[in-house]
Amino acid sequence: MTGEPLLKVQAVETYYGNIRALSGVDVDVHKGEIVSLIGANGAGKSTLMMTICGSPQARTGQVIFDGEDITRLPTHLIARKRIAQSPEGRRIFPRMTVYENLQMGAGLDNLKYFNEDVEKIFTLFPRLKERQSQRGGTLSGGEQQMLSIGRALMARPKLLLLDEPSLGLAPLIVKGIFEAIKKLNKEEGLTVFLVEQNAFAALKLSDRGYVMVNGKVTMSGTGKELLINPEVRAAYLEGGRH
Amino acid sequence: MAIASENNVQPDVMAKAIKEAVFAGVVAFCMFLLFVGIETYQDINNQLVWRTRWGLLAVFVAVAVVGRFVTVAFIKPHLDKRKLAKAKTGVLDISEEKSFFHKHFLKIALVFLLCYPFLAMMIFGRQGSLKYVDNFGIQILIYVMLAWGLNIVVGLAGLLDLGYVAFYAVGAYSYALLSSYFGFSFWLLLPMAGILAALWGVILGFPVLRLRGDYLAIVTLAFGEIIRLVLINWTDVTRGTFGISGIAKASFFGIWSFDVGAANNFNKAWGLPSSSVYYKMFLFYIILALCMLTAYVTIRLRRMPIGRAWEALREDEIACRSLGINTVATKLTAFATGAMFGGFAGSFFAARQGFVSPESFVFLESAVILAIVVLGGMGSLTGIAIAAVVMVGGTELLREMEFLKHVFGPDFTPELYRMLLFGLAMIIVMLFKPRGFVGTREPTAFLKERKAVSGSFTKEGHG
Repeated sequence: MTGEPLLKVQAVETYYGNIRALSGVDVDVHKGEIVSLIGANGAGKSTLMMTICGSPQARTGQVIFDGEDITRLPTHLIARKRIAQSPEGRRIFPRMTVYENLQMGAGLDNLKYFNEDVEKIFTLFPRLKERQSQRGGTLSGGEQQMLSIGRALMARPKLLLLDEPSLGLAPLIVKGIFEAIKKLNKEEGLTVFLVEQNAFAALKLSDRGYVMVNGKVTMSGTGKELLINPEVRAAYLEGGRH
Repeated sequence: MAIASENNVQPDVMAKAIKEAVFAGVVAFCMFLLFVGIETYQDINNQLVWRTRWGLLAVFVAVAVVGRFVTVAFIKPHLDKRKLAKAKTGVLDISEEKSFFHKHFLKIALVFLLCYPFLAMMIFGRQGSLKYVDNFGIQILIYVMLAWGLNIVVGLAGLLDLGYVAFYAVGAYSYALLSSYFGFSFWLLLPMAGILAALWGVILGFPVLRLRGDYLAIVTLAFGEIIRLVLINWTDVTRGTFGISGIAKASFFGIWSFDVGAANNFNKAWGLPSSSVYYKMFLFYIILALCMLTAYVTIRLRRMPIGRAWEALREDEIACRSLGINTVATKLTAFATGAMFGGFAGSFFAARQGFVSPESFVFLESAVILAIVVLGGMGSLTGIAIAAVVMVGGTELLREMEFLKHVFGPDFTPELYRMLLFGLAMIIVMLFKPRGFVGTREPTAFLKERKAVSGSFTKEGHG
């Protein structure tokens, strides 16, 4: 990978009060890549994701997106730079219908491309089309995850952040969702930054990966490299791959 | 099977009902013995003495016994049977075919409201209709408008506001002060009062932006009290607790006046007998128009980005921010828009009463308005209007219940039991319809056709 990365996280430190959650994290995501960040519970993966979105903001260090420093921008302005997020726990709007949830995602362009984009989402996730007039809260977990990703895609993002898309879902559904992500990446060149506990599936999908331990990036490499790395295997793969 | 065993069950139910009724009677007796059965009063010598009221106590106990008996013996088996029948068919109550009345409810209601003052005049005569146009019509519509205004803040944006009456007060005092000091007319001051109230909405909004839920409720409660205390204590301007009287009436768009002495008096110009009922009818149509404006704006806003942002904000603030919605601006516009309608209602109130004092803007008013919004089903305009009719109209009806004096004795003033009944009504509604009269949220966008959307399980289905 050459040239300026699309997203550059540089020596970022984030605190919750006096507790340091991230200590000097460097992560690069290049255009057209799928990059995953793996690590155990409480390693700071989600904190990094939230720091990129500016809530909480990094105390030191820089987050640079598309050549622009976004470290101190409020969350909604970061989102308007076309960084879309499917947050941890999905956070869809439970009382709104699937269709309305997707509309909310297209708010940045004031629904200008809504009709063509919504068709794309429905082709990608046909389940959502069946459920379009159902309320978000009545969907199953997997459908909610699809909706959350779909809503993020409606913003026509340059960078898609996915926080634990496999959380609490059956393996078959996870597979389907990961295939959809791969397809988006291949066909539309979508850049994806993925946080996952499911290290095996994430690394298999990714071009590159980072391993995070206690708020620090301890290892990085291509997905294949990490998959065969003995330390990674011992810590994240052997135990969880039955 | 259920039908076959019904006959065997019947005596059991009766025995159980009697048992429970006796138990309820004993509990009621113990509870009310000291509160109702015994009364203290001062006699001529200023001594505090007590006497008993066994008759009234008996009424209380009898109500408890009969109520419990009827509930257990008849109402509960009936409800169970209905539930069972519903479970058997396995179909939810979303029938596509609605009755004519159901389908055209809004149109019928609007036509009725438009004819209402004339109907009242035809049935009860000119002076007799005053009560129905003013006490029932205008009074209820004021609350409908207030509740619809608060609905924007509470129902749509999900910001619990316990001090809404402050904006009502701002609107009322804006009209009262500006009209009596500067002589501005109603039609100029109506929008001005709205703008001023919206300004105060923003002023309240700024410090509470970071708050949500309970914390927000406390601060808005305090805000309402601050406004009231300022009105009481700033005697130079507001005349304190005396209030401002002799506020100018609204005119017929400046063409005709409703002042009795004026040359362009409306009644004289149209050759009508002098009576205040025409002014009341005029006011009725003004508040009706204001209500329609509120409803129209609310419905339009819900389909616009800002309205959708309000609803999304109610659902999930963090998700909103990650979708690029400026939550600060969204909250402030919700406060301002809600406050503006409160201000309109306030200035109308001042013009209608001709008198304002801080007493009209106590916390209880905020609570009543909020109760109407909650009972109606947050976010539903129809439900809220129904709740306002029931709550405010019910209160007014209590004043009419002369016959209750024959039951409870000549000292009985039914209005005093207003709050008790209010509370009772709320408990009953919340027991049977926990989401209010109209609890389902109507979606604002559809792909091709409207489909029945089940609403009862939304919160439970998080995955």
